[in-house]
Amino acid sequence: MTFELSDRVQTVPPSGIRRFFEIAEERDDVISLGVGEPDFATPWAARDAAITSLEQGKTSYTANRGKRDLREAIADYVADRFDLGYDPDEEIIVTAGASEAVDLAFRAFVDPGDTVAIAQPSYISYEPGVIFAGGEVLPVPTYEEDDFRLTVEGLEEAGADEADMLVLCYPNNPTGAIMPAEDLEPIAEFAREHDLMVLSDEIYAELTYDGEHTSIATFEGMRERTIVFNGFSKAHAMTGLRLGYALGPAEAIGAMNKIHQYTMLSAPTTAQYAALEALDSCENDVREMVDQYDRRRQFVLSRFREIGMDVFEAKGAFYCFPEVPEGFTAEEFAEEVLREQGVAVVPGDVFGAGGDGHLRISYATGLEDLREALARIEAFVDERA
Amino acid sequence: MSEREVLELLRENARYSTADIARMTDLEESEVEAAIEELEAAGVVRGYQAVVDWDKLEDERVRAEVELNVRLDRETGYDDIAERLARFPQVKALRLVSGDYDFDMEVEGDSIREVSQFISEKVAPVPEITQTVTHYVMTSYKENGIELGDGEDDERLSFSP
Ligand SMILES: Cc1ncc(COP(=O)(O)O)c(C=O)c1O
Repeated sequence: MTFELSDRVQTVPPSGIRRFFEIAEERDDVISLGVGEPDFATPWAARDAAITSLEQGKTSYTANRGKRDLREAIADYVADRFDLGYDPDEEIIVTAGASEAVDLAFRAFVDPGDTVAIAQPSYISYEPGVIFAGGEVLPVPTYEEDDFRLTVEGLEEAGADEADMLVLCYPNNPTGAIMPAEDLEPIAEFAREHDLMVLSDEIYAELTYDGEHTSIATFEGMRERTIVFNGFSKAHAMTGLRLGYALGPAEAIGAMNKIHQYTMLSAPTTAQYAALEALDSCENDVREMVDQYDRRRQFVLSRFREIGMDVFEAKGAFYCFPEVPEGFTAEEFAEEVLREQGVAVVPGDVFGAGGDGHLRISYATGLEDLREALARIEAFVDERA
Repeated sequence: MSEREVLELLRENARYSTADIARMTDLEESEVEAAIEELEAAGVVRGYQAVVDWDKLEDERVRAEVELNVRLDRETGYDDIAERLARFPQVKALRLVSGDYDFDMEVEGDSIREVSQFISEKVAPVPEITQTVTHYVMTSYKENGIELGDGEDDERLSFSP
C-alpha cells in the first residue's frame, strides 16, 4: 500500500538542519556549535532523586496534570522567580517537555483557518505545530537593527492586528535576544487592543544575563489571554528527561489537559521526581551553569568581533547570532565552514523571517571546543578575505 | 569581584590565556594581568600545576594517603610537627583534620618500597607520632575537581533545534 499523507503533514518541509546533520555525521573531527541543548549533565541531586524513585518502584502514571507536589513546587518557583501567580490545581499542567505544551496549545486553541502570528526568527517547531493544527502562520520578522526585539510597528506591518494568536519566544532561540519590560509593555497593549491570545515560550527565562526576565503575563490584562511555557530542559539541563509545563487560566489549561489526557496521559514519572528535586535543591547548580554560559557568551561575542564578523549582543539563552560576511548566504557559509573546517553552525534562515544572513552559534559547548571552533572560523574568514 | 572571577577561571584551567580570561570576564587584558599579579603577590595563588592521571602513564607512580596520630606535649604543638613533616619532598599534601586521627598526609614515590621505607624510616620515628596507617592509592577517579578516566564523548545530536 502507499501511504496517503495528510495535507498537513505534506505541507511541512523537512527540517532545514537535516542536511547539515548528514554532512556532519560523515566525519569525526567536527566541532558542533549547532547543539541547542546544555552540555552539562542534569544536577546530581535531581538525577539521584530520579534513581531513588526508580528504586522505589515509582513507575506508574501520575495524575494527568502532573504530580500535585510538583505542580505546587512549580507554582512557588514561578511566583518567586518571575512574579507569576498560578493555582497548582487548575492553572498548571506538567507535560513531556515544553514541546508538548506548545503543541497542546496549538491544538486546543487553533481552528482551521485561524491565523497565528509568530515573531521570528524563532524556535523551529512553532510553524509546523500551527500547520499540524490546521492554522495559518503569519511571520512577524524582527531585525538586528531593533536588537531582534519585537515592535508594534513590526506587528502592524505584518498585519498581526488581524491575527488570532501571537507566539513569543524570549529569551530567544536563535538570536539570544531578550525583551525587557519596557519593550513588552507596548506588545501587551497591542495584544489587548486587538484581542490576541499570546503564547509565550519562556523556557530560557533563567538564562537571562542582563537584568531580570519579565513575563508578558505579568502585565495588566495579560494573564487572562496568555499561556506561559517553561520547562526543565535548558536551565536544569534535563533535555532528555522530557519535562516541561504550561501556565494559564483554568479554562485554557483544562482544554489543554483534555488533549494531554488522551494523547500523553501523563508526563514521564521519573522525570517528575527529578524535576521536583531540581526545584527543591538545585538552585545553585543552575546559578553555576548560568555563570558558565555567561562567560562563554562574552568569550564568543568578543571573538567574533576580533574576527571581524558583526555580531548581535545576545543577552539570553545560549546562542549568539553573528552576521555572515559579505559574499555568502548563511547557508553557503554554514556548508563551507562545515566542509572545510569541520565546524557545524546553523544558518539563520531555518528560523524564519529575519534570520537570513546570520548564523546561530550555540555556546552550550566546553570552552576548549569553543576556542578551537572560533579559531577555525577565523581561519576560514581570513582565507576568504 | 573581578579578582574572584579571575581566580575561579584559573582554578578551572590555569592555562587559560590572559586574553581568554579577559574575553570571558569582559575585563581589559591589562586588568586581568594585574589581578593575577595581585593574587600571586598576596599569596592567594600559590602555584600552577597539572592534574595528572598517572594510570595513563607507563611509569609507575605510587601514592599513599597516610593517617597520622600524634601526642602533643608542652613544647610541641601541631604546627611544629607539621613543619617538620612538610619539609620532606615525598610529602605532597599535609592537613590537620578533625576526627579519628590528627594529620592526613599524601605521599608520593616511585615504588611501594620507597614509600614504605619513607614512612617507616622517616615518619614513624618522629617522637610525637604515635601511630601511622598507610593507605596505598589503587585507582584515582577524581583529582582537583577533575574526573579522570576516559573522556566522555559528546553524544548529543550534532544539530538540534
Ligand atoms: C524556544 C524553545 N522552546 C522549547 C524547546 C523544547 O523544549 P523541551 O525540551 O522542553 O521540549 C526548545 C528547545 O530547543 C526551545 O529552544
